Amino acid sequence: MDTNKNNYKAWLYLAPVLVLMAVFTFFPIINTIVVSFLKDYNATTGAHSGFTFYNYAYILGFAERYEGSGVYNRIFFSFEGPSAFWNTMFITFVTVPISVIIALLISICIHNIKPLQKFFQTIFFMPYVTNVIAIGMVFSIIFSSTGVFNQILRLNVNWIGETSATWLSCMTVLCIYIIWTALPYKILIFLAGLQGIDQQYFDAARIDGASKAKANVRIVLPLLSPQILYISVTSFISAFKEYGAIVGLLNRSDSSVAVAGTHDLYTIVYYIYDMMKSGNWAVSSQFASAAAVILLIVILLFTLVELRVSKKMVVY
Amino acid sequence: MNKRKKKVIGTTLVLVSPYKEVDPLKQAKKEKRRTIIRLILIYAFLSIAGLVCVFPFYYMVAASGMTQDEITSGKMVPDLLSFFDNLATNYYETFTRLNYMSHVGSTLLIAFTITIFQVLTTILAAFAFARLEFKGRDVLFIAFLATMMVPGELLAITNYTTLSNMGLTGLNQNAFQAFLAVVLPLIASTFYIYLLRQNFKQIPNELYLAAKMDGTSDWKYLWKVMVPIAMPTLITITILSIIGQWNNYVWPSLVVYNDDYTMISVIIRKGYLSLQGQDGAPVLQYAWQMASAVLTVVPLLILFIIFRKYIMKGTSRAGIKG
Repeated sequence: MDTNKNNYKAWLYLAPVLVLMAVFTFFPIINTIVVSFLKDYNATTGAHSGFTFYNYAYILGFAERYEGSGVYNRIFFSFEGPSAFWNTMFITFVTVPISVIIALLISICIHNIKPLQKFFQTIFFMPYVTNVIAIGMVFSIIFSSTGVFNQILRLNVNWIGETSATWLSCMTVLCIYIIWTALPYKILIFLAGLQGIDQQYFDAARIDGASKAKANVRIVLPLLSPQILYISVTSFISAFKEYGAIVGLLNRSDSSVAVAGTHDLYTIVYYIYDMMKSGNWAVSSQFASAAAVILLIVILLFTLVELRVSKKMVVY
Repeated sequence: MNKRKKKVIGTTLVLVSPYKEVDPLKQAKKEKRRTIIRLILIYAFLSIAGLVCVFPFYYMVAASGMTQDEITSGKMVPDLLSFFDNLATNYYETFTRLNYMSHVGSTLLIAFTITIFQVLTTILAAFAFARLEFKGRDVLFIAFLATMMVPGELLAITNYTTLSNMGLTGLNQNAFQAFLAVVLPLIASTFYIYLLRQNFKQIPNELYLAAKMDGTSDWKYLWKVMVPIAMPTLITITILSIIGQWNNYVWPSLVVYNDDYTMISVIIRKGYLSLQGQDGAPVLQYAWQMASAVLTVVPLLILFIIFRKYIMKGTSRAGIKG
């Protein structure tokens, strides 16, 4: 009797969240996956003509576009030249390892000093609470062809200019910016992990005659492995979804047509949002859905692989 | 086999070393010198990395007090004589051209609405998951957690269509429709529900049973006992939610059609801060842009300084489960 009463009461407590999640979370997951398999889907009317794999074949470059299947001229996947998929992969596999290593170095250094420790902690955590669009604008001015960066290093490189910069120079600046924004959270997590390591381990190592550097590698890395795993899973996921940094830095998000010669460095997420903004949503949502499903699969696969690998690497 | 051998060598070395005549004083001196060099290297590295870390903030403020020419000539330190004059004009232009206060107003309205409803729904849901017994509780909770793995873009695709079918988006959208379109999909947050549920779970169950014996209702127990105990977590959720909305770019940029109603992060990247150039094309005014960046970032830094403890707690707690 009592449990039954509790039962319906619990659902009352959950009702507000459940209603919102049903409409804006659970339904969209199913709907987007279904739409990605629909042929000639029209988002406004809901009309379609059966199921197909065409959407996937099209964005992966196996099938040609046919008349009326939506006009969109960015490339999702291609082995010739930059595409959303490979841009995303490049950003992920460059920024995640570099930022994890730099963050580890900085946090081990901070952990090893006494004076000014709090000061450096605050300095390195500052970028965490900032606005990715606003600071992106700052970076874009610093790296403009007449900007401070060129001035300091006496260079004359057109890093991110609208028309004449190369893909590599745009990508370099973008990666620098992403690493800059990614550091503080990692440092915070690593420092919390380091503070949790018992000082006894270091004392024991010192008595055994291990050098400081050796102690850091042999003791800190294994004991920090849970944090390193957590950080690499979360930062791979967020790197796969990179978007804000590109808009902040390059600000070429509002053109539905890519200007010849510009390097938008569009990623998978950029590709999806750009379709929404291009004003042709009714006929292009099926392709955006397919792109989103591919992103989901990439993220799931990657997380699974990482968890599998971690079973061997994580010490406790 | 090989490993064994190495170990033997290692032990002999330890045994031999005491017989080697070393002056302990000299050894200590050497050790000390090594420590000092190590510390110098560490401080040098941290200082350089710290400078790189802070430079964009410095440059943002410095450039907001420069002229266009000073910025495009790559100046690092503003001319102190004209700095404050430039500062005044740049900020005045930015305030008026962006209609800054009105966008701060709409951003705060959206942020507080989302946060209030988010905190309320989170408290109710977290209580149900942490304390109440009902059929399918664990399955539902796992389903909630699983949605965190799904990228928001996948949801955004359908939500964008849903909102337009509800008539909330479109070219002749009014202020209230724009407001609803931004707010509705962002209220429910599985991450905060998870965070608060963990906190509720730490409150001893005996307290709940004792209250039940005394005839206290669940509702009263939740608000009189659990919410006050979990206050630090609730403050963390509130702060993180407000910061998240202040920085919200993607969703408002998609569903708000009229720039008058949009949020602060969207408006600063819209090209309102440019002047007509000689060939008629708009030329972005860097100093104004930097002023707008300062105006967007400084409120966040102030929040960070005041609530540092709560922000750090909330973010580091997320990491501990790993």
